[in-house]
Amino acid sequence: MGTVVDSKATPEHRVARRAEIGSFFKTKTFRNVTHVVLVYGLAVPTAIIFVLPFLWMLSTSFKAPNEVFDFPPKWIPGTFHFENYSQALALAPFGQYVLNTLFVTLNNVIGNLVSCTLAAYGFARLRARGKNVLFLLMLATLMLPIWVTLIPQYVLFNAIGWGNSFAPLMVPPWFGWPFFIFLLRQFFMTIPKELEEAARLDGATTLGILWHIILPISTPALATVAVLAFIGNWNNFFAPLIYLRDPNMYTLAIAVQRFRGQFGNQYIHYMMAVSVLMVIPIIIIFFFAQRYLIKGIVMTGLKT
Amino acid sequence: MSILPKRLTQLTLRQREERDFYFCIALWLIGFVLFTGGPVVYSFLMSLTNWTGLTNREWVGFQNYIQLFTTDPLFGTVLKNTFVYGIFSVLLGTLLALGVALLMNQKVPGISIFRTIYYLPSVTSGVAVAIMWAWMFNPRAGLVNYLLSLVGIQGPAWFSSTQWAMPGLILVSLWGIGPNMLVLLAGLQGIPTHLYEAARIDGANPRDEFVHITIPMLSPALFYVIVISMITSFQIFENVYILSSATGAPGTLGGPGTALRVYVIDLYQNAFVNLRMGYASAQAWILCVIIMLLTWLMFRINRRTVHYEAAE
Repeated sequence: MGTVVDSKATPEHRVARRAEIGSFFKTKTFRNVTHVVLVYGLAVPTAIIFVLPFLWMLSTSFKAPNEVFDFPPKWIPGTFHFENYSQALALAPFGQYVLNTLFVTLNNVIGNLVSCTLAAYGFARLRARGKNVLFLLMLATLMLPIWVTLIPQYVLFNAIGWGNSFAPLMVPPWFGWPFFIFLLRQFFMTIPKELEEAARLDGATTLGILWHIILPISTPALATVAVLAFIGNWNNFFAPLIYLRDPNMYTLAIAVQRFRGQFGNQYIHYMMAVSVLMVIPIIIIFFFAQRYLIKGIVMTGLKT
Repeated sequence: MSILPKRLTQLTLRQREERDFYFCIALWLIGFVLFTGGPVVYSFLMSLTNWTGLTNREWVGFQNYIQLFTTDPLFGTVLKNTFVYGIFSVLLGTLLALGVALLMNQKVPGISIFRTIYYLPSVTSGVAVAIMWAWMFNPRAGLVNYLLSLVGIQGPAWFSSTQWAMPGLILVSLWGIGPNMLVLLAGLQGIPTHLYEAARIDGANPRDEFVHITIPMLSPALFYVIVISMITSFQIFENVYILSSATGAPGTLGGPGTALRVYVIDLYQNAFVNLRMGYASAQAWILCVIIMLLTWLMFRINRRTVHYEAAE
C-alpha cells in the first residue's frame, strides 16, 4: 500500500492509548449496544412504513360502511364485520374467477418449467453449430420491450380465432421465457460435468440425463422459476385486459379491476376485502419460498 | 481398434449432441420465430402503415414517426411525464434501496426479519395493491393524509390533482424497492472485509470507508440496479391504469388531465382504445430506441466510473 505510518499512530500505540482512557463509553459493550439501538431505531420505523399499507387494507376490509370515511380513522373497527368478505364475494362470481386464474397460472407455470428447462439445458451443456448466435438472440429478446411484439401478437391471435379465449394467455408460456431460460442456464452451468459424462458413457440419452441427473439436483432453481412464474401469472393484468372480453373468463386481476369500476368508491370496505383475498396467496407463497425468490434475484442480478 | 472407426463414432457423437441441442431448444426456437422474431418484423412494417383495424391499411412511410414528434398534441407531455417518473423513481428508489441495504448489512440479531418485511411489498404488486394505494391516497379519508395531518400538514388531493398525481405515483414506486435492496445487499456482502480492516489500520473513519471502499466496490451492483430500474420505470403501466382513474372508468386513463399520461398508457390508448395499431407500433419502436439509447448511455458512463475489481 505504501502508506507511511507515523510511529506514534501504530495500531499498538493507539490501542494502548485507548485502554488508558478506559472510560465506559469507549468499551466494546457500549459500542455494540448503541450500534444495535441505532440500527433498530432506523429499521423499525422503516418496517412500520412498509407494513402500514397492508394493515390499513386489512383494517378497512373489516369496517362498517359508515366507519370507512371516519376522520381521524380508527385502526381497529368498532366491530369486525367479517361478513364484508362473504358479501363482497356474493357481488360477483369470484369462485369462477379464482378457478380461471388457477387454471391459467398452473398451466403457465408447468409450461414455463418444461420449455425453459429444456432450452436452458441445451444452452448450458450441449455443443452445436449456431448455438452462440442463438444464445445471443435469446439474450437480445431479454432486452426487447414487450410492447414491440405485443400489437402483432394481438393481431395474429385474433386472426387465428384466439380472441376472447385463454389461448393467448396459455400457449406462449409453453415456448419458453428468456428470463427463466437464462436463470436456469446460469444454474446448470454451476453443476459439475463429471456426473453427466459418466452417465453418457454408460449410454444414457440427453433426456435421460436431464431427468435423472440434472433435475433432481436443480430443485432450488426450478422452485425459483416456479414461484416467479406463479406470482407473475397470478398478478398478470395486461394480457387478460386485452384478450378476455367474456366476463365469465375473467381472471382475478381483471375481475378485481372491473369490480372497482362497478362498485367504485361506494364499497371501499368490499374493495379492500377482495384485494386482501387476492394478495393472501402471494403472501403465503412468499413466506414459504422466500429463499428461492432471493436466490433468483441474486443469481440473475450479480453473477451474470 | 483402427483409427478410422473411432473417428467415425466421435463424429456421430458430435452429431447426436447437435441434434439433441436443437431438440432441447426447439420449443423456444419455434416460440421465438412465432411470438418474437416474426412480430418484431411485422411490428416494424405495421409502424409504416396507417393500420386502424377498421379501414384498409396503406403505406405511409415514416409519417407515423414524424407525426408523433411534430403534430401529436400529447406526445411531448407523454415523454416529459415518463422521464420525470423515470428519473425521480430511479434516483429516490436507488437511494432508499442503498440505505436499507446498508442497514440490513449490519451485524445485529434479528435483522433478517426486517429483510423479509422490506422485500414482501415488491412481490405483492398488481391490481389489488394498486387499488389499495388508491385508497391510501384518498384525499378525504386516506391514511397518507391522516398521517400528514398528525404533523400539521394539510395533505394534497394526490391522484385527483394534476399537480400531485405524479409525486404520488413516485412515492408508490418506492414501496417496491425490495429486489434492488437485495442486489445491493448481496453486493455489500461481497466486499472483502480485509479492505475495511486495512483502512482502519490506516486510520480511516467510517465516512472515508464509505466513500473510498463501499461505494467503489458496490458500483457494479449500483449500476445494475439503476439500469434495470430505469428500463422498468419507463414501462410502468398497471399502477397508472388503476391510480389514474378514481373509479376505474375508461377514458380517464393517464389522468387527471394528462398528469399521469406516461408512455405505455398512451401506447395502450392508441392501440387498444383508438385502434390506431400502426401509430402505436411506431410508438413501441420509439420506446425501444429510447430504452436502448439510455442503456448505451449508462454503459458509457459505467466504463468511466464503475469499479469492477470486486467482480472476480
